[in-house]
Amino acid sequence: MANPALTSHVSDYLKRRARWSPLEIAFWVFAFATIWLFPSKYLILKDTAILALFAMSLDLILGYAGILSLGHAAFFGLAGYFAGLVAKYGYINEPVVALVAAGLVAAALGFVTSFLVLRGSDLTRLMVTLGVSLMLGEVANRYSNITGGADGLQGIDIQPIFGRFRFDLYGHNGYVYCLIVLFVCFVVARRVVYSPFGLSLRSVKGNSLRASAIGIPVKWRLVGIYTFAAGLAGIAGALLTQTTAFCSLDVFSLDRSADLLLVLIIGGTGYLYGGLIGAVIYKFLQDYIANLTPQYWQFWIGLVLVIIVLVGRERMAGWIATGRGTIESLFSGAAARSPKLAAPDGK
Amino acid sequence: MPILQTTGLEKRFGGIVATNNVNLSVEKGARHALIGPNGAGKTTFINLLTGVLKPSSGRIALEGKDITDTSPHQRVRLGMARTFQINQLFLDLTPLESVGLVVSERLGSGADWWRVVGTKSAVTEEIVEIIERFHLSDVMFDRVAVLPYGKQRLLEIALAFACRPQVLLLDEPAAGVPEAERHELLATIEALPKDVTVLLIEHDMDIVFSFADRISVLVNGALFVDGAPEEVAKDPRVKAVYLGEELDA
Amino acid sequence: MLTILFDGVAYGMLLFVLACGLSVTLGLMNFINLAHGAFAMAGGYCTVILVNRYGVPFALGLPLAFVVTALLGGLFERTLYIHVYARPHLDQVLFTIGLVFMAVAAVDYTMGSSQQFVQIPEALTGQINVFGIGMGKYRLLIIAICGLLTIALQLILTKTRFGSRLRAAVDDQRVARGLGINVGAVFGLTFAFGSGLAGLGGALGAEILGLDPTFPLKYMIYFLIVVTVGGTSSITGPFFASILLGIGDVAGKYYVPKLGAFVIYAIMIVVLIWRPQGLFARATAK
Repeated sequence: MANPALTSHVSDYLKRRARWSPLEIAFWVFAFATIWLFPSKYLILKDTAILALFAMSLDLILGYAGILSLGHAAFFGLAGYFAGLVAKYGYINEPVVALVAAGLVAAALGFVTSFLVLRGSDLTRLMVTLGVSLMLGEVANRYSNITGGADGLQGIDIQPIFGRFRFDLYGHNGYVYCLIVLFVCFVVARRVVYSPFGLSLRSVKGNSLRASAIGIPVKWRLVGIYTFAAGLAGIAGALLTQTTAFCSLDVFSLDRSADLLLVLIIGGTGYLYGGLIGAVIYKFLQDYIANLTPQYWQFWIGLVLVIIVLVGRERMAGWIATGRGTIESLFSGAAARSPKLAAPDGK
Repeated sequence: MPILQTTGLEKRFGGIVATNNVNLSVEKGARHALIGPNGAGKTTFINLLTGVLKPSSGRIALEGKDITDTSPHQRVRLGMARTFQINQLFLDLTPLESVGLVVSERLGSGADWWRVVGTKSAVTEEIVEIIERFHLSDVMFDRVAVLPYGKQRLLEIALAFACRPQVLLLDEPAAGVPEAERHELLATIEALPKDVTVLLIEHDMDIVFSFADRISVLVNGALFVDGAPEEVAKDPRVKAVYLGEELDA
Repeated sequence: MLTILFDGVAYGMLLFVLACGLSVTLGLMNFINLAHGAFAMAGGYCTVILVNRYGVPFALGLPLAFVVTALLGGLFERTLYIHVYARPHLDQVLFTIGLVFMAVAAVDYTMGSSQQFVQIPEALTGQINVFGIGMGKYRLLIIAICGLLTIALQLILTKTRFGSRLRAAVDDQRVARGLGINVGAVFGLTFAFGSGLAGLGGALGAEILGLDPTFPLKYMIYFLIVVTVGGTSSITGPFFASILLGIGDVAGKYYVPKLGAFVIYAIMIVVLIWRPQGLFARATAK
């Protein structure tokens, strides 16, 4: 019954949208090229990759599902300690297996706490998420005989990946490891975002009343994405522990969650690359400012936050409209803007 | 057996009785209109039917099955869909995405997190069919927020229709639609398939009398008069309620 | 045990004075002000400077803390906060977190990072024995001052014109505006007053809570817990929530010291699961 020419046009349009755009491909080619381009900067690059993964995981719930969370660090920290403990006490010796296990542990916590996040207002969500994160910090402090308390978990010995790739002092293998994990997680997240599930999330964020009125089980979708995002955050946390052979209480801190929000604000939410780009800019800023005024870094971060909000995120995006807008649409698949209907016949 | 039936449906907000012991029966395939003065509780009634509000007492049955305790999204699955008096749309999505969402959900791929939207051809065909039926082909790639009101209203109904409901509840579909765009809207409603039961809330009497084959009048939350359009039109009590209202105003 | 109860009540009332400004702000303008703790800190440091450096008597230092912080609050409100009212919550959170970071760093720079102590007068040190319970004199003073303030606040809210305007505006801003209530002015005054109270609380509490540059970050969570659990539609809600939390925290730290604030967080989460709108909020909260 439907116009077949129109149907195939729409079908092509949808499939084209999800295809990797040239800019995306360039981004990742460049990302992997950094392995050879900046051999002296492996440590900061690795930190950036981990932060990028962490930020991307928050974007999934903040930018796509609209859940305001100040406690995403809970998943990061839990998995970080898990990865450290299983390595230190020899329960899981292979880092990749430990990584996946840590991710699953974090996802489990995400699943359990997701039900808390569904109810109440924005403030309630903020408080509950923050509360969980801080609680975990207190627990880690309490059991300092296991976790090392304020001194941090030490004496972690990470085995070579697949028995072959040792974590060397220069951080080369560590960085490659993180980058590959980031890429794999990104690909999966990308599939999720372009799937019907991802679309339903955007509808829930936009108008949850209407979403349930068209048959979407809003609660379960939110539980699903929260669990998934928690798992990714956990993987990021485990990566940090594995590549630094250390884990401390500040993984649960408010600072870490707040910095994460800043990263997403800089990079933008809702198009998946925000976390990645934001992380790069944030790390660069941090490096630059820390060199200028190491002690009062917090002041400048605060100032940046205040200015960004006062100026207005939309206005800022408007200033770099051509830049940012083009980047966004280029990243979200070619021809995201409406292709006119004359196209089917007169291509 | 009526396709939709309420028994003793009541809703109280503190001391206010918004819905008062309503026993409504809607026959399958009917074009049933629900009218009444402002504040009569029509939208509250729709909210009760769809599960947005929980009744204080009474039961609701869809196709004979008691749905009083089911959640809103489950009622959609069971065959009841609604539109909103004030558009409730996904402003940042496009009509294509919005309709696509509904169809995906219905056909069971809503929770699919791996496949890319658009790869299932059955889904795409149905999406296009609905887009065309509701005259949205020329705007289907535009963000809903920038559409003219008439198109938005069409989309509002398209979303409910895309649920392929047994019962379609339309809450004042023509409200706020400019004169120029009304015709398209009304023609679309007229053209709805005969096997879909429509319960229509409207203020515009022209629409009601040209469209409905049965009319129920709601006053102060209670069912006042219920019958064929000719009977209701002639009923002196109905005239009193409406005319009386005008005299007071 | 009774001493713990007494300490808990004192702590709770202090929390209340500190947090009630935040509660009203949130309920009134639906504005999440995470920088509220910074005003408390400002009051504390103000009193420290006045009393320790300039020899201002303690009894004068307290009200001065209120006045200075209230002025500061009013100033910030008119110049900065007013731009952020209409923004989504995320923006408000970011904005106020930014302010906190700046405040913390600024205080660290100017006053150093060590804990500051207010020189409280001799008369307030030590304990007195009431009904066989040892009560710290300073804590008694806190209970007295905070108790009076609470009563005064409740009276203002319920018996004065300003109070009824405030309650109307909290209930439904649009209708209140429609009735001719100058909601902007009400908010400005309330914000200033609430900040002043926070400053007073910070000054009073320096002795018990510990005053250093990280104060806003450490205690902000407590204030937020009070507001979330107590709801924003009254001041009795936060009052009881504060007492509950105060006793819970003191008891928790005494009986299970290693877990520290765990008890508080657990209480909060349990309460929020049970009643997402807070313990005392009306059923029809926004």
